[in-house]
Amino acid sequence: MSATFVVFMKECRESLRDRRVLMNSLLLGPLLGPVLFLVLMRLVVGRELEKAERPLPVVVIGAERAPELLNALKQMGLAVQPPVADPELAVREQRIDLALRVAADFGAAWRAGRPAQVEIIYDSSRREGGSDVDRLRGMLEGYSHRNGALRLLARGLSPTVSMPLVVANRDLATPQGRGALLFAMLPYMLVLTIFIGGIWLAIDSTAGERERQSLEPLLINPVPRDRILLGKLLATALFSTASLTLGLLAFLVVGQFMPTEQLGMSLALGPHFFAIALPMLVPLVLLICIAQILIAAFARSVREAQTYLGLAQLVPLIPSIVLSVLPVKAQLWMYAVPLLGQQLAIMRLLRAEPVPGFALALSALVTLLATTAVFILTRRVYDSEKLAISG
Amino acid sequence: MIEVQGLRKSFGAKRAVDGVSFCARDGEITGLLGPNGAGKTTTLRMLYTLMRPDAGSVLIDGRDAEREPLAVRRTLGVLPDSRGLYKRLTARENIEYFAALQGMDAATTRTRCDALITTLAMQDIAGRRTEGFSQGERVKTAIARALVHEPRNVLLDEPTNGLDVMATRSLREFLRGLRAAGRCVLLSTHLMQEVAALCDRIVIIAHGRVVADGSAAELRALAGEQHLEEAFVKIIGEAP
Repeated sequence: MSATFVVFMKECRESLRDRRVLMNSLLLGPLLGPVLFLVLMRLVVGRELEKAERPLPVVVIGAERAPELLNALKQMGLAVQPPVADPELAVREQRIDLALRVAADFGAAWRAGRPAQVEIIYDSSRREGGSDVDRLRGMLEGYSHRNGALRLLARGLSPTVSMPLVVANRDLATPQGRGALLFAMLPYMLVLTIFIGGIWLAIDSTAGERERQSLEPLLINPVPRDRILLGKLLATALFSTASLTLGLLAFLVVGQFMPTEQLGMSLALGPHFFAIALPMLVPLVLLICIAQILIAAFARSVREAQTYLGLAQLVPLIPSIVLSVLPVKAQLWMYAVPLLGQQLAIMRLLRAEPVPGFALALSALVTLLATTAVFILTRRVYDSEKLAISG
Repeated sequence: MIEVQGLRKSFGAKRAVDGVSFCARDGEITGLLGPNGAGKTTTLRMLYTLMRPDAGSVLIDGRDAEREPLAVRRTLGVLPDSRGLYKRLTARENIEYFAALQGMDAATTRTRCDALITTLAMQDIAGRRTEGFSQGERVKTAIARALVHEPRNVLLDEPTNGLDVMATRSLREFLRGLRAAGRCVLLSTHLMQEVAALCDRIVIIAHGRVVADGSAAELRALAGEQHLEEAFVKIIGEAP
C-alpha cells in the first residue's frame, strides 16, 4: 500500500467523522449557491413579472353605460369591483385605491362621435397606487387609440394621420437584463461550491495538524513529504468534488423552478450541462485545493488559515465581474486563464452556445500546469524545517 | 547505536547546539540531561532528521542521517516533543496509521498492535477515540505508534512530562524492557530523578554543549559530590 494512499484513506476516514467537514462539503457547499440563486432570481425577476400580470382591481361607477369599454378593459386585466356611493370620499379615506367613473352621457357622446368622458379618481400623494393608475391610464389610452383609428378608417383616412409622433420606450433595465446579470453569477457560485467543499480538509490537514502538534510525529515516518502532501491533496479534492457534484445536481433541480420561460431566455441546465461541466471543473478542483493547502500551510493557526481562506474565496469573483461587466466576446486566450476559462465555458454552456473542444482541452491543460506549479511550491513549504515545529 | 559528532545548529544569531558529540549504545539507556533551553530538543530533532545540522554528523547504526534520511527513520522510533494524536481516530487506529506509513502489512500490524497494547496496559482505551484522553493515555498511545515497527533505536523527548507517579513508574518499567531486549534507548530530560533511576549513561548538556559524559558514579566522582543533583548543579555551574 503506497504512502500516498495511506494518507488519503486516513484523511478521508477522519473527515467523515468530522461534523464540520460534512456540513461544509456535503450540505453547505452544494446548497448555498443554488438556494441563493433561486431566492435572488425569484425576488428580482418574479416580483416584476407578477406585478405586470396580476389582475388590477378597480371600482367602477356606471359600468352599465359603457359595456364595450368594460369588456375591452377586462381583457386587458381589469377586475371590476362593485361601485361605491361616494368614490371621492372613499379614495380620500383610503378605503379604496382608485375608482373609474363613466360619465352619465357616455353612451350618447360615444354614439355621436364626440369625446366621451371617463374619470380616474385617485390620490397621487399615495405612492403605492401610482403604478396601478398608470396601468389603468394605459389601458384607457390604448382603447381610445384603437377606436380613433377605426373611426378614421371608416372615413377613408389613414390612422397615421392622427399620429405625427411615435414615442417608443427602450428601457434597458428589463427583467431579462436583470436576469442575465444573475446568470453571470452562476459560474461563481459553482466555483464557490468547490471552495467550500475543500476548505475544512485543507485547514484541518495542514494548519490543524500543526496546531494539534501531530504534524511532527507524522513527518518522522520514513515517507517522502511529497507523498504525504499528495495524499492530503487527493483527500481534499475528493470532498471538494463531492461538493461540486452535489452542487451541480442541486442546480439541475433548481433549474426546473426558475422562471426562465417568462424571461424569454433558455437556460441549458440539463444533463448535457452536467456531463460537460463536471469533468471540465475537475482540474480546477485540484488547483483550488492545492492553493488552499498552500495558504493553510503558511498560516500559524487554524483561525489564521480560516481568515486567509475566507479572503481567497473572493478571488474567483474577479473573472465573474469581468465577464458580466465587460461585454467582450469569447476569445481563445481567455480559456488559457484558470478560473476565467472555466467560468466563460459555463456561461456559454448555460446559454446553449457551443464551446470548442480544443478550448476545453487548453483550459484543462493550463489549469493542470498551474496545479503542478502550486504543488511544487507547496512541497517546498512542506520541506522547510519550520513547518512541523509548532510554537 | 547512535553516534553524534560535532553537531551544530543556529537559529539566526542564537547557537542552539554548539558542537555536541556523544554515543548511545545498544542495550543501554542514555540520558540527555540539561536545563530548559540547553539544546536537547534541537539535538534530538537533528537525530531524527527533522532538522538539518549546520555542521557535524549523525550516524544511526552506521548510516549517515543526512545522506539516507528515509533509511535512518525506518530504524528509529521517536516520541517527539509534540505528541498530538488524531482525536477522531481511536487509539488503535492512530497506531495502525503509523504502522501503514512504515509499510507494514495488516497481519504484522495486528500482532504488533496487540502486543504493544498489552505491554502498555492500554486494553480498555484502545478502542476509544483519543479525544479527551488523559496525559498518560496520550503518551502511551504516542509511544505505541512510535514503536509499532520495532525500531532498533528509540528516542524520547521528555517522556515523563506531565505523567503522574504511577504512569511514570510503568513507563520506566517499559523502557527497561526495551533495554533488556537490546535496543538503544536515548531520552532527554531535565529531571535528575529520571536519569538517576533509569540511565546507564548520562550526557549533560548546557548552552548547546556537552559538559560531562559518563555513568552516575563517574559524574559524582568528577564533581567530587556525594549526590548526583549536587554534581549536576556544580557541573552546569562550571560550564562557560
